[in-house]
Amino acid sequence: MELRANVPDGPIEKKWDKHRFEMKLVNPANKRKHTIIVVGSGLAGASSAASLAELGYNVKCFCYQDSPRRAHSIAAQGGINAAKNYQNDGDSVFRLFYDTVKGGDYRSREANVYRLAQLSVNIIDQCVAQGVPFAREYGGMLANRSFGGAQVSRTFYARGQTGQQLLLGAYQALERQVGLGKVDMHSRHEMLDLVVVDGRARGIVTRDMVTGEVEPHVGDAVVLATGGYGNVFYLATYAKGANATAIWRAYKRGAAFANPCFTQIHPTCIPVTGEHQSKLTLMSESLRNDGRIWVPRKKGDTRPPPQIPDEERDYYLERQYPSFGNLVPRDVASRAAKRVCDEGRGVGPGGYGVYLDFADAIRRLGESVIGEKYGNLFEMYERITAENPYRVPMRIYPATHYTMGGLWVDYNLMSTIPGLHVIGEANFSDHGANRLGASALMQGLADGYFVVPYTLGHYLASTKLEPVGPDHAAFEEAEAAVAARVEKLLGVHGTRSVDSFHRELGKIMWEHCGMARNEGGLKSALGKIPDLREEFWRDVKVLGENEELNQSLEKAGRVADFLELGELVCLDALERRESCGGHFREEFQTPDGEARRDDERFSHVAAWEYAGEGRPPVRHVEPLGFEYVHPTQRSYK
Amino acid sequence: MNLRLHVWRQRNAADSGRFVTYPAADISPDMSFLEMLDVVNEGLIARGEDPIAFDHDCREGICGTCGMMIDGQAHGPRRATTACQLHMRTFHDGDEITIEPWRADSFPVVKDLVVDRTAFDRIVAAGGFITAPTGSAPDGNAIPVPKTSADLAMDAAACIGCGACVAACPNASAMLFTAAKVSHLGLLPQGQPERYARVRRMVSQMDAEGFGTCTNHFECEAACPKSISVRFIARLNRDYLRAVLTGGGEPARVEGGAG
Repeated sequence: MELRANVPDGPIEKKWDKHRFEMKLVNPANKRKHTIIVVGSGLAGASSAASLAELGYNVKCFCYQDSPRRAHSIAAQGGINAAKNYQNDGDSVFRLFYDTVKGGDYRSREANVYRLAQLSVNIIDQCVAQGVPFAREYGGMLANRSFGGAQVSRTFYARGQTGQQLLLGAYQALERQVGLGKVDMHSRHEMLDLVVVDGRARGIVTRDMVTGEVEPHVGDAVVLATGGYGNVFYLATYAKGANATAIWRAYKRGAAFANPCFTQIHPTCIPVTGEHQSKLTLMSESLRNDGRIWVPRKKGDTRPPPQIPDEERDYYLERQYPSFGNLVPRDVASRAAKRVCDEGRGVGPGGYGVYLDFADAIRRLGESVIGEKYGNLFEMYERITAENPYRVPMRIYPATHYTMGGLWVDYNLMSTIPGLHVIGEANFSDHGANRLGASALMQGLADGYFVVPYTLGHYLASTKLEPVGPDHAAFEEAEAAVAARVEKLLGVHGTRSVDSFHRELGKIMWEHCGMARNEGGLKSALGKIPDLREEFWRDVKVLGENEELNQSLEKAGRVADFLELGELVCLDALERRESCGGHFREEFQTPDGEARRDDERFSHVAAWEYAGEGRPPVRHVEPLGFEYVHPTQRSYK
Repeated sequence: MNLRLHVWRQRNAADSGRFVTYPAADISPDMSFLEMLDVVNEGLIARGEDPIAFDHDCREGICGTCGMMIDGQAHGPRRATTACQLHMRTFHDGDEITIEPWRADSFPVVKDLVVDRTAFDRIVAAGGFITAPTGSAPDGNAIPVPKTSADLAMDAAACIGCGACVAACPNASAMLFTAAKVSHLGLLPQGQPERYARVRRMVSQMDAEGFGTCTNHFECEAACPKSISVRFIARLNRDYLRAVLTGGGEPARVEGGAG
């Protein structure tokens, strides 16, 4: 397998312009002869499906939800970055690029990140034109807030529901194309395999989640926009249905999987309350703008927070990182929280929590200003915990939130399977080993609105595709494989529920491959996961049949894939013998406990190639060069 | 705590459906309503019975996927709260709880508590958008939007499309849903060019889907997990009336060109 990044030459600020000119175009009359398959309808999927249809392509779009509007992009709260410099505070495309490369701990591809920063400004324009109700100043201009990992104010937001509003903008553009007959929307459909013909992605096989029908869909190119794989940890801030099946099937058909161990643990989530917990809820990072994070100085101090005087509190982020304070990047904030809790200074039931305190901000700005900024988040917190954050500090703890790893793509966002493009969180490209806040929305929309509509056209214009029908042997083989797998899951008739396996896998992953990892733990996980997988296929209990809405069957297929993916995540974490960003190997740290990179040996992307059932996957390497941002020990002190 | 649930079970759209009673034992007050159903389902699976199908996804009150009638109230007894954000501390030991799907002809039952809400997508496809093809936008600050308009538009745009308004309405009307989108886009300067065409098309699709009419019961606002105000319905009516009386939003007559 060869990893060709296909980065255009020339100075970084000219690469995308040059490439846009050099890419081949599809004649408008020919666009309507092409069918494009888009899987996923979140920010990346909906924006690409709408944009491709506007260009004239016929688009078939798929989502597992009952409506494309429900994709989990909707849950993003805080905001979206853009280098508009509307605040006159020194922002620029180069600074956003620089912050993102540094924030990613120098494990991303410079050219991709630069393009992302360039396109960020177009995204805001596009979304405003669609009617996204961004927050405004009294003069009618767009408002901004600041976010972790940046010292400028470049985050655009719509209350605490930015993801919702951006997604609804993209969804409305998508529905407009549905109304015009250019997009054929298939909701409650799950992609269960990718079909590769003559080495090129030519379609997918789906299961209709209401009737159980297994269906082939033929296209000239496939776009995967199916999000991340964080639910491999079971407890995560992801939607319950979020899964890795589409990207995992593509991996098994030949798409390389890059940096699977780069997972992000978000520092501000509501702590776990018990075994019944089904998911974790994020409290937007924007809260760190006004909230102060602290724990008691003394171990085991169980006094209610208002009774702990200021001098007996440890505002540990402000103490350790005076220049960024509570706004250090997510990986740094998460590890710091784990450290103080491991020291026995955590708060709340179980001792795995820290305070996020708004008392000072409320004194300074008043309750109404705080309410206007964060009201909906405070309400959400109150609903879940029955505590009022206007009166008592919130309790927060880190939780799995995002995966920087994903299918490997080149500069054109095409995977190692020609014709298979991967966008949004599903790819690995822009965030390196750690994503900065408010950058996921930016990447999803940049890929969908402004990158893939160009690069996919270039692929079609420069490729001769043979006509293929659903009766092609490759489709028949994939359909048969999907049907056989469904039958196998229903035929185990074991004793354990799907959820019990998922929960157990999640515990293994969190314990050994979570915020801190080490060789011994990873090796032990690599022993436990195959055993659990074996037990799953021997003892899982999936009731009902295929020809109906069968939620256990849906979950079983997804968990079966997580049981394989989890192993690859641990393997990648074991092989990356350095600490960087969200990947913290305890063996590799600075004397003060910060991540210690090894640029000599690991300044590269690790891309894994599937080698067949029962064979170890092959690790390939794409070296990373840093011409514009020179790697240094990341410091937020 | 221990509860008794009366749950609507219906195999598919063709089945007539019935209530079945299940005990829910050892429920923690910290569980969400859906986590309580998870526990009941795990018990059903252990006994080899088909688990209760219910829609859910984000479980943080924003995706709009979950929704069920809990003791006759859409999303249950707590105001401005989705079923996934409703916690069991709202209930008491020994309570009997009746759980049903949304009941509306335009939302046919798929299975148990799961209904088909694609009618909402079709209302949006009919006109719930601003035509702004990718790449055609001016600078974001080129169009100043008064803060009050932006804030009010955001109040309307907060709709999550869950369908509680329809389920709560004695007429199964989708006016609050449609009005929220009409208002969100109609309040912004960007939304003006299509304002009247939008309201006409969306209302016409809403009628075609078989939703009932609004007779001002305001149950929709009471049930809405995002507290969307019925004042947006008044706004829709105003825009609709103006569109009909003035011919606003009708397609322009195309005159033959000279060339």
